[in-house]
Amino acid sequence: MMEFVWLIPGLPLLGFLILSLFNKYIPKSASGYIASAMLLGSFLVVLSLLIPAVSGTLVAKEPFVLFNWIQAGNLNLSLSFQIDNLSIWFMSIITGVGFLIHMYSISYMHDDEGVTRYFSYLNLFIFSMLLLVMGSNFAVMFMGWEGVGLCSYLLIGFWFKNQNYNDAAKKAFIMNRIGDLGFLLGMLLIYHQFGTLEYTAVFEQVSKIINPNEISGVLLAITLLLFVGAMGKSAQIPLYTWLPDAMAGPTPVSALIHAATMVTAGIYMIARSNVLYSMAPMTLDIIFVIGTSTAILAALIGLTQTDIKKVLAYSTVSQLGFMFMAIGLGGYSAGVFHVTTHAFFKALLFLGAGSVIHAMGGEQDIRKMGGLMKKLPITSITFIIATLAIAGIPPLAGFFSKDAILALAFEASPLKWGLGVFAALLTTFYMFRMLFLTFFGEFRGTQHQKEHLHESPLLMTIPLMILAALTLLAGFIEIPHVFVHEGSNWFSHYLAAAHVPLLEASSISASTEFVLMGSALTLVLLVILSTYIIYVSKKTLPASSESDLSALDKLSYNKFYVDELYDTIILKPIAFFSDIFHNIIEKNFIDRIVNFSGKSIQWSGKTIRFVQSGDVNTYTIFMVIGIVVILFLNFIL
Amino acid sequence: MITTILIILPLVAAILVYFAGQRLAPTIAIASTLLEFAIALYAYFNFEVLAGWNYVLVKDWIPSLGISYNVGMDGISLILVILTSFLFPLILLSTLTSSVKDKPSFYALALVMQSALIGVFVAKDLFLFYIFWELALIPIYFICLMWGDENRKFVTFKFFIYTLFGSLIMLAAIIYLYSVAPEKSFALENIYLTKLTSQEQVWIFGGLFLAFGIKMPIFPFHTWQPETYTSAPMAGTMLLSGIMLKMGVYGVIRWILPVLPNALMEWGWLALLLSIIGIVYASIIAIKQSNFKTLIAYVSIAHVGLIGAGLFTNSVEGLQGVMVQMFAHGVNVIGILFVIQILFNRTGTLQINSMGGLRNQMPQLAVYFLILIMANIALPSTNGFVGEFLLFIGVFNYNPYLAALGGLTIILGAVYLLSTYQKVMLGEAKAEFNVVMDLSLLEKSILIPIVIAIFAFGLFPDIILDVTEPAINGILHAVNHSIPVAN
Repeated sequence: MMEFVWLIPGLPLLGFLILSLFNKYIPKSASGYIASAMLLGSFLVVLSLLIPAVSGTLVAKEPFVLFNWIQAGNLNLSLSFQIDNLSIWFMSIITGVGFLIHMYSISYMHDDEGVTRYFSYLNLFIFSMLLLVMGSNFAVMFMGWEGVGLCSYLLIGFWFKNQNYNDAAKKAFIMNRIGDLGFLLGMLLIYHQFGTLEYTAVFEQVSKIINPNEISGVLLAITLLLFVGAMGKSAQIPLYTWLPDAMAGPTPVSALIHAATMVTAGIYMIARSNVLYSMAPMTLDIIFVIGTSTAILAALIGLTQTDIKKVLAYSTVSQLGFMFMAIGLGGYSAGVFHVTTHAFFKALLFLGAGSVIHAMGGEQDIRKMGGLMKKLPITSITFIIATLAIAGIPPLAGFFSKDAILALAFEASPLKWGLGVFAALLTTFYMFRMLFLTFFGEFRGTQHQKEHLHESPLLMTIPLMILAALTLLAGFIEIPHVFVHEGSNWFSHYLAAAHVPLLEASSISASTEFVLMGSALTLVLLVILSTYIIYVSKKTLPASSESDLSALDKLSYNKFYVDELYDTIILKPIAFFSDIFHNIIEKNFIDRIVNFSGKSIQWSGKTIRFVQSGDVNTYTIFMVIGIVVILFLNFIL
Repeated sequence: MITTILIILPLVAAILVYFAGQRLAPTIAIASTLLEFAIALYAYFNFEVLAGWNYVLVKDWIPSLGISYNVGMDGISLILVILTSFLFPLILLSTLTSSVKDKPSFYALALVMQSALIGVFVAKDLFLFYIFWELALIPIYFICLMWGDENRKFVTFKFFIYTLFGSLIMLAAIIYLYSVAPEKSFALENIYLTKLTSQEQVWIFGGLFLAFGIKMPIFPFHTWQPETYTSAPMAGTMLLSGIMLKMGVYGVIRWILPVLPNALMEWGWLALLLSIIGIVYASIIAIKQSNFKTLIAYVSIAHVGLIGAGLFTNSVEGLQGVMVQMFAHGVNVIGILFVIQILFNRTGTLQINSMGGLRNQMPQLAVYFLILIMANIALPSTNGFVGEFLLFIGVFNYNPYLAALGGLTIILGAVYLLSTYQKVMLGEAKAEFNVVMDLSLLEKSILIPIVIAIFAFGLFPDIILDVTEPAINGILHAVNHSIPVAN
């Protein structure tokens, strides 16, 4: 099958080209089907790789070279693909979940005038995302990395008439570019140090290092710089503020790009470069701190948000923090495992939210919803499944992936476990708050909305059901060893074939582990109970205006004023310097010297004219000599 | 012979055009540039990379002074000749979208300039190089002076004096070089053999770098540029930024690097530092510019800053990056300037804040514009990325911190260009632009080749790199293997 791997990114690219070049000739209703068909084809090719990969019969091969890209000096970059268990896993998520979301979009976007443009962007995104995970060197990864940034920009600002949306799109692109600079510098340092950007060559050289202390400084710098890239793409402190704003895009886009796939690129990158990261323990510590802080901070903000998509956005930031916690603890496969389960349940949540918004005629404020269970049964049930999963209720997917991270944390220190559980409890609170406010109790919207409430069509509910099934089942790929004697941790073993290190068996006894699970679970159930009491029994509603909020709530509701902070310490100073440079340095200093040089020559020319014969050529020469001398003194000496 | 044809053809065409009258002048001019491009392509496809200099022609000119008509192309020259002959038809076509008064003079001057530019890139004799260098200045001076906006007189005078001043310094340096060269000859081979003390090298370096640095321009010799770009007619701005500034870059590669290696070791860091400062300085100024052309002038300074930095990195990657980026910058800046011309034709303004919502009326332009922006901010798979990436490799290997500082351009570039795009194209449709039409066939026929070039060179940069690599290696060999003379 290897000779067909180019079809995997090729088909979505073809879809993009067809839809964008023949935009005018394609009926609006057909574009969604064209885009989905391309993705389905791509998914089938991926399946033909996934099956041997899962059964362990995939033969690892040299990277598949498409063509030589940049050759200069020692640099020899090719556009080539690395097909192994890790990339196949991500390819499956991207094309699989991607296909479901394409399908859902056909119905969700059917009456939008820009639907063809929408699907062309969506196909371009899938193409870029596939490049990102399939590339066999850092440069191809970067190509995809920047490509998904562009698509994200295009899709956040899809409704370009609204300048707030355009602002959000621009913010996302620029914040990602800050990260990208880190990634770029990391790449340059890798090339400087190892003379190549190919994964296999770099990792081989690194693993041959006998005395790691010799280049620990370089490895620290490389891993930190690459991680800056991950901070941008995967929305970690301090570069996370673009992701909540990115909810300006159509809801399926939020599900695909800003939950299931693109934002997990940072995890993929680190899992791919785990050889480098394992040799830079200090970076891992930093990642842990940033991941944990992000998980908690975002969850705290999520507590008070009232926009259904904003809650989910902060939840995504927080869950990404969880993944980085895992990475920081050295649990690369636990991180990727959480990426997987999160892709299913978070896509499900977003699509569910989309279904709700669809039914509510565009309303996103959970204070104006309520009691939707009766009218939207499929959406409600699948949404409940996803909420239970994200809260970590067994045997749903989220339970297993969160437990894997918490177990790692406890092994490192009980404090780290405590922080993880705290973040998990916050998650449970805001998720159930949203669930209860949306689907339980009485309907609080307008009469008009009430009459129009309806379950979404099959094209939208089928993806919900498939994702719900995956959310129910996906956890079983990584059953902790305390539950079974054989066949535990299948997923870690699967990834080990792609050089993602298998952690040593846990030193925690089975009984301790059961106690940990039990206590975490008890706390989660208590939180669910209390949210039930607050929002269902007592029918509490979030304050309708900001002035009614308590001081702490206000802080959380206003996202701790981080955007305002960035505005003050970054944007305003840059604008200030732009003025200073232009008006003072440029106009009043550099240019004044230049003009003064010219004028003083004219002046002396006039003066000397009375002495000299009056030959114009002579003056020109003098003029020029004068400028020479003055400029020389100013700039050369 | 081909080289000479490439120089003479535009001159002959210029004469024809001058006497052709208002109606025929543009047609003849454009036809001749297309023919020129075809000949240049022929030269490219028959070019023998390993042979070094191709298409050489040497004729005595003023034997008593050792001045000869000595032209030819190595890979570096060839790529710049291709760039010039590719951009000229597009620039001249773009003038058809607006009305030009006194067409015969305008097109004749443009063609004379093309001849001079080609001459600069193919001259193998230092004196001949100087002649072409000066010759290129005259037409653009008149184009700016006669077809520019209301500030043109002061601005053009300043531009002229500034660059002329640089040229005269260069002339002094050239004459000195000639006087100490082993033989009494301006021939490139002879100049390359000149042995100079470090002290001499530093002075000549100062002179030549000033001339080339003003042309590019490198911070802080750039203040003529924003004003000139703003006040010149669009075609003039295109000629200046698309091609003419490459003369400075080319001059450094051809006449500074191989001749003055010691000065390079001593002062190269300063040139590199100034270039990097220029990137950040111009990028920050660009953020708050409100006039579209002034904005592009600062953007251009920022991009050229990185090219300038690459020149002094003494690495294959860096210099190859210079070559790719020169080509990319030429193509992309012409594209952006043409978009500005289109917007100006439609809206009657160059003020960014006066436009808005134009994507509603011009969805096709919106696509081309965005592709051009992405190429300008070096998105991988566009030509801009290949050049910048190689340049960053070169600078990083020279000094990582300078690369990080210069790297700010990838953030700031996104800031000013995406803000501009948003202000011009996005948002609600404005009523006053409701009658605006989307792209015409003529406009598309200019933008499409540009977009093709963006992706062709972004994905297959070998088109350039393979041709220039031996020449670049030769230059670097000269830099690193010339034996320094003790003071």
